[in-house]
Amino acid sequence: MRITRITAAALLLLAAVPAWAQDGIDQKINNAIQPIADAVTAAIFYPVPLGFAEIPFVLIWLVTAATLMTLYFKFINLRAFTHGFRLVRGDYADPDAAGEVTHFQALATALSGTVGLGNIAGVAVAVSLGGPGATFWMILAGLLGMSSKFTECTLGVKYRNEYPDGTVSGGPMYYLSKGLAERGPAFAVLGKVLAVIFAVFCVGGAFGGGNMFQANQSFSQLVNVTGGQASWLADKGWLFGLVVAALVGLVIIGGIRGIARVTSKIVPFMGITYVLAGVVIILMNVGQVPAAFAAIFNGAFSPEGVAGGFVGVLIVGFQRAAFSNEAGVGSAAIAHSAVQTNRPVTEGIVALYEPFVDTVVVCTITALVIIITGSADSTLDGVQLTSNAFESAISWFPWVLTLAVVLFAFSTMISWSYYGLKSWTYLFGESKAADITFKLLFLAFVIIGSSMQLGAVIGFSDAMILAMAIPNLLGVYFLLPVVKRELNEYWADLKAGRLEQS
Amino acid sequence: MSATHLVGVDCSDCSERALDYAIERARDSGAGLVVAHVIEWSRYSFSTAQENEQRHKRREEELERARTEVIDPVVAKIREAGVEARGVIRHGHAAETLAKLAKDNDAASIIVGRSGSSKFKAQFFGSVASSLVQIADRPVTVVP
Repeated sequence: MRITRITAAALLLLAAVPAWAQDGIDQKINNAIQPIADAVTAAIFYPVPLGFAEIPFVLIWLVTAATLMTLYFKFINLRAFTHGFRLVRGDYADPDAAGEVTHFQALATALSGTVGLGNIAGVAVAVSLGGPGATFWMILAGLLGMSSKFTECTLGVKYRNEYPDGTVSGGPMYYLSKGLAERGPAFAVLGKVLAVIFAVFCVGGAFGGGNMFQANQSFSQLVNVTGGQASWLADKGWLFGLVVAALVGLVIIGGIRGIARVTSKIVPFMGITYVLAGVVIILMNVGQVPAAFAAIFNGAFSPEGVAGGFVGVLIVGFQRAAFSNEAGVGSAAIAHSAVQTNRPVTEGIVALYEPFVDTVVVCTITALVIIITGSADSTLDGVQLTSNAFESAISWFPWVLTLAVVLFAFSTMISWSYYGLKSWTYLFGESKAADITFKLLFLAFVIIGSSMQLGAVIGFSDAMILAMAIPNLLGVYFLLPVVKRELNEYWADLKAGRLEQS
Repeated sequence: MSATHLVGVDCSDCSERALDYAIERARDSGAGLVVAHVIEWSRYSFSTAQENEQRHKRREEELERARTEVIDPVVAKIREAGVEARGVIRHGHAAETLAKLAKDNDAASIIVGRSGSSKFKAQFFGSVASSLVQIADRPVTVVP
């Protein structure tokens, strides 16, 4: 009952937020954040001249790491693929560990944090900016990203904290600090610094891309589907924000597990519905599929009418893939860490499926639907483009899509509230006060995100998520030999048949 | 060694008739009993990161509760009746887990109560007893 009272009080407090949100204060916040936002964005997206084109620094950073890890682990993304499936299915599960977090559950939890707007809106952005060819580079980035995800999730489990009360928590802040400390005192300092920087960016990403961006985009899709500017909802962003904040609050503060449980069941269902609808549309136009793939392939190497030509398409594809699957960013390592296993590598192998499902499967389906229905040429952008592409084949689908967008946004918020909280408590220590402060701030940002037009803040938050990749991957490079050792031992045991369960 | 029978119990008093039946049988034939309690759980369920973090702790709590509230009283009751007994607690799908436990313990038969699930519920979700009858590889006694 006490929790209910705290939640009620918190919600009353939050109800005041829209009042000042209306008061031109969004402009003030915008102005205050603009310089910092510009500085961070400029650093993260610093254009590196590469021959005849300029590529944003963070993309080079992510793709280089993904490629190096793919080579260093001898194409782990491909060679462990079928074994990963058997792990997810539970073929190697210890029967005595029944009741613990399984590989499937850890993967599903991580996926619910990544599958979302990136797959729906991001792909549309990629195809409208870079043409069909962008899909090719997205798929390639997804395949390479599997190796980064493998590495960070293995480390996440290996260096997680197991507390005396039986709870576990892990993620880059732990493997950066504990992992690097194993290499000597100088590295220990570096690891600590990287961990703190990571945690700061992660909190920023949780408030921004994992929260405000989600609230903002799902609200705009809701307005669009109910009649655009003429919609009754058009100027009720604060109301939408309040409702979403109340629901998020019930889950993260009130501990109302019912809502979380319902969402965690509906979200995969919506994901499957989305994929099935896409597959149905593709099958309805199966004759055009070869032409669509030809357009994807030709467009990848010799695009017509795309700014920056071949490199322009490549950048667009890679950037959207990075936004969508977050490989190398380190966020998923937090979600994967809770799995029950005494071989950290197994969770890394299972994590291969995250970029695969997210980018290679779901993004490709979205792209094919957009290309096949001929929607790619329209002037629309983001969720709207995808929505129209689906609508042209299934007239009522935008309503389903809206529900999917809102639910994906909700589950992404729940996931990021957790990532943010773990980083927040890493910075400020584990205490009731730190915990509740973060959660209340998080809810306030839900309302701010849906009631304000904060271009700068949203741009800033995207940059924050990608910025997490800088401390994360920098530390991961030093820890590669650790992962290699774990992988080699595991692979030898696997090949020798020492892992079979009766 | 004398035969053992596996008895599936839901809670300490709701499987009373099945338990009484099992005790009677075991006493008559000089057999022992293995009392099994299955906590419904699926490896393919969906959960939040927060729940996953707490999972290990929750599992310990679930096992502890099952032991003190179900298994311990039931085992004590059987021993009081002069029959040898031990308890097992597992997470999983009830019917599948009971079938597997019977096999692992080389039980001569499985004894379960027909549980109180309504006709409606049984129609849509099936009951533990009816699925157990379908999948078990040894005799199953369902006590009404």
